[in-house]
Amino acid sequence: MSYYTIIGLEVHVELLTETKMFCSCSTKFGSLPNSNVCPVCLGLPGVLPVINKKAVEYLLKVALSLDCKIPHRSKFDRKNYFYPDMPKNYQISQYDLPLSQDGFLEIEIDGNRKKIGIERIHLEEDTGKSIHTGTIDKSLYTLEDFNRAGVPLLEIVSKPHMSSPEEAGEYLKELRAILFSLGISDCKMEEGSLRCDANISVNKEDFPELSRKVEIKNMNSFKSVQKALFYEIKRQTEMIERGEAIQQETRGWLEEEGKTIFMRGKEMANDYRYFPEPDLLPLEIDRIWLEEIKNTIPELPREKKRRFVKDYNISNYEATVLCDNFALSKFFEETVRIYDKAPVITNWLLGDISKYLNAENLEITSTKLTPENLSEMLSLIDNKVISGKIGKDIIEEMLRSGKKAEKIVQERGLLQISDEEVLWNLIRKVMDENSDAVKEYLKGKTKALGYLVGQVMKQSKGKANPQITNSIILEELQKKTGEA
Amino acid sequence: MESLYNFTSYELREKLFKKKVSSEEVVKSIYERIEEKEEKIKAFLYLCKKEEVLEKARRVDKKIALGEEVGKLAGIPVGIKDNMCVKGIPATGGSKILKNFIPPYNATVIEKLLQEDVIIMGKLNCDEFAMGSSNENSACYPVRNPWDLNRVPGGSSGGSAASVAASEVILSLGSDTGGSIRLPASFCGIVGIKPTYGRVSRYGLIAFASSLDQIGPLSKDVRDGALMLEVISGYDRRDSTSVNMEVPPYLSLLEEDVKGLKVGIPEELTGDGIDEDIRKRLSEAVVLFEKLGVICETVSLPTLSYALPVYYIISSSEASSNLARFDGVRYGYRDFTGEDIFSMYKKTRGKGFGPEVKRRIMLGTYALSAGYYDACYLKAQKVRTLLKRDFERVFKDFDALLSPVAPTTAFLIGEKIKDPLKMYLTDICTIPVNLAGLPSISVPAGLIKGLPVGLQITGRIFEESTILRLAYSFEQNSGYHTVSVKYSRQKPEESNY
Repeated sequence: MSYYTIIGLEVHVELLTETKMFCSCSTKFGSLPNSNVCPVCLGLPGVLPVINKKAVEYLLKVALSLDCKIPHRSKFDRKNYFYPDMPKNYQISQYDLPLSQDGFLEIEIDGNRKKIGIERIHLEEDTGKSIHTGTIDKSLYTLEDFNRAGVPLLEIVSKPHMSSPEEAGEYLKELRAILFSLGISDCKMEEGSLRCDANISVNKEDFPELSRKVEIKNMNSFKSVQKALFYEIKRQTEMIERGEAIQQETRGWLEEEGKTIFMRGKEMANDYRYFPEPDLLPLEIDRIWLEEIKNTIPELPREKKRRFVKDYNISNYEATVLCDNFALSKFFEETVRIYDKAPVITNWLLGDISKYLNAENLEITSTKLTPENLSEMLSLIDNKVISGKIGKDIIEEMLRSGKKAEKIVQERGLLQISDEEVLWNLIRKVMDENSDAVKEYLKGKTKALGYLVGQVMKQSKGKANPQITNSIILEELQKKTGEA
Repeated sequence: MESLYNFTSYELREKLFKKKVSSEEVVKSIYERIEEKEEKIKAFLYLCKKEEVLEKARRVDKKIALGEEVGKLAGIPVGIKDNMCVKGIPATGGSKILKNFIPPYNATVIEKLLQEDVIIMGKLNCDEFAMGSSNENSACYPVRNPWDLNRVPGGSSGGSAASVAASEVILSLGSDTGGSIRLPASFCGIVGIKPTYGRVSRYGLIAFASSLDQIGPLSKDVRDGALMLEVISGYDRRDSTSVNMEVPPYLSLLEEDVKGLKVGIPEELTGDGIDEDIRKRLSEAVVLFEKLGVICETVSLPTLSYALPVYYIISSSEASSNLARFDGVRYGYRDFTGEDIFSMYKKTRGKGFGPEVKRRIMLGTYALSAGYYDACYLKAQKVRTLLKRDFERVFKDFDALLSPVAPTTAFLIGEKIKDPLKMYLTDICTIPVNLAGLPSISVPAGLIKGLPVGLQITGRIFEESTILRLAYSFEQNSGYHTVSVKYSRQKPEESNY
């Protein structure tokens, strides 16, 4: 029996606007609890919301980047439910006339391109944050921090077009790369500025009756989204095989236990009693403004990738890895501008530098390395001032301290010896000390050449220029051959 | 000399500017009047401390003495309906659930009044969250009608109307969602204006039904109403539903001739449901208008018969959501006996809200629920659109509409409170105006068996000046506005109209 899987994702993104969705409070993360609040975001009696134009602009940027349709008329609605983190006990959101609909995102899976449909993108306000002492059921009281209440949220709902956890992972990566390049969110899933819920159903091949979809919540990294989806495919497949019916329900992902658990069934779902927000007028998007926004959209990751392959002579894989990380691709291009060997830069960025970034969990922009310093170091290697090996030795210090390569090699005495006279003296000394090896060479054992070069390198602590050393030794040996 | 509390703000303004009286003297006179009347009338929920208010009055006097520029309502004692936020003094909306709530900010209308140097006397009694037609739904105590203490003053701005009628304040602010300014103005024999929806900012008004609520003035005569309307009107960027349009100088447009204006009398509002005496008053008004050169004709607006159910669905739906924030979590009353958050909500709201508010929350919640939304809320919105179109059609031919404000004069306390449907019918003439967002005024039209009755004049959207003109010429030619001034010179017991 074979099965197929249908996956759709709902992504919430906190926008990097300076002020909240409906008031002028700061959206700054990490402020003292309840310091970024006012009568509006606290839901005091009598207050009214005012739409943040910047948030609408950010949404439109995303919508245009995902080829969505932007209707002339949109509106906000109230989603009613009681929860202490929600000051008004309703959330201003969008129901049947979202700001944009019907777009797509292209992903690449095993070298094949696939379009994932976007159902809708809408704006809403975030809730406050509840803080419990210990676990929610044992806590004697709950504290509420309303700094986050009213922060603009973008909800991006995909169509159920993904058929594997890998595709879901690619979709999230591509989406994050786009949001990042637009500069509208910092997309940190761990800090909650990007959140993802998944809808999944497993179905029997050639079986007309579709299974009920299951919603999974509480995943806090791309990896856990994939893990939860794998778990859910296994769980649902086993249920079908046992002949059990899959219920429409919401399940929570438990990261530590690596499983999903039942949260609520369909019959426990809230009736949100949506209705048009009477405190706000319907929104009409001015087409001229939309055109202006269109002109501010930077090159998107998938276009950038194609350009990288074409212009810089790097592989598809390398271009993908670079462009998945907005900061890295930007660093790459800035370096290429001053140092023209793109493949060399790519090797360094994806090799030693990425290794360091991954180990330290850093972005390139949070290190002290600059494109200028990197290109200078690469030129030092090209000009044989240092060897590639020394470059590898000093790159970490460059990332950490921001020092120039030249300064580091000077401080550590790592400058390559290219002065022929210095090398000559050193080589004579080595040849005198290793007369056996010289004799061996003269007898025809050419391997001895390598040994002699190695000795020079050793005595010079790696600083001797290998090419020059090689040619001087050869010259000396040939002289001796002539003498013999 | 006549007591200062008897004058209108327009008259007092003249005296103050000419330094014939001081604001301190006016305020003192008002406090004396309050001391005399308030025990019986119960118009106030919160009275500001005398010493502090006098200090503010003296500051205005000093400004005038120094020849500094002062505002249009400088030194005039004003009362505010308790569903509006005045920074630093309680705002309960007439509800137990907002007991002890002190707003940290001023409503936009309050800012505007303070800019014109008014003296705020305190907060005025009203039906809980402005839901009611009799003021009996106040969580504290009902307001009594100054004309007959056994009768209601009308609602929901009962305190706002009674305080002006009894000269406990010179002017007051009320709010009108389905007639809450015009009805009590009619019952108390004063002027009440409901401006066009969007004319006055709602920022700081505790919302009942957002798409219907509008703040407006209550005053002794039309001129005072026009003056206060001029002050509170205008666009406010904090209220997205307020309209960015110039505010005409209402006061200076009052005396323009009404000759040639065309006024329609909707036949749906002069039928059997309306008291015989009131219909007679309306006919007399028509005669007077015709004498003034106004063309009066009967018109028909068939959709008016749907206004009441449409209103109760829309206003209750919006209220069910607007009132959700009163949950005991952040401010106001909280019941501490619950075991978890949801039982805290239930107990707080169960004890904090009165029966009428609960009835409307339930009605609204039902109308918005899955499976009922289309048949209730959506249908009501559609009918509301039809009703608006009906008005638009009539206003192509007519400059204003003339009708009663209510089917009766002030009824007895306790007479209708047990029968919600009967109570709801009180607002049959005023509700359609809110659904269409139109400006409307209630102007005194004399007395019936010793009780005042108002005339409702409704205009085109943003044409407050037309209805003000009509009301002003009616008032000046009928002289009915002097009746309430006469009244206020006597003690209620002696009232023998």
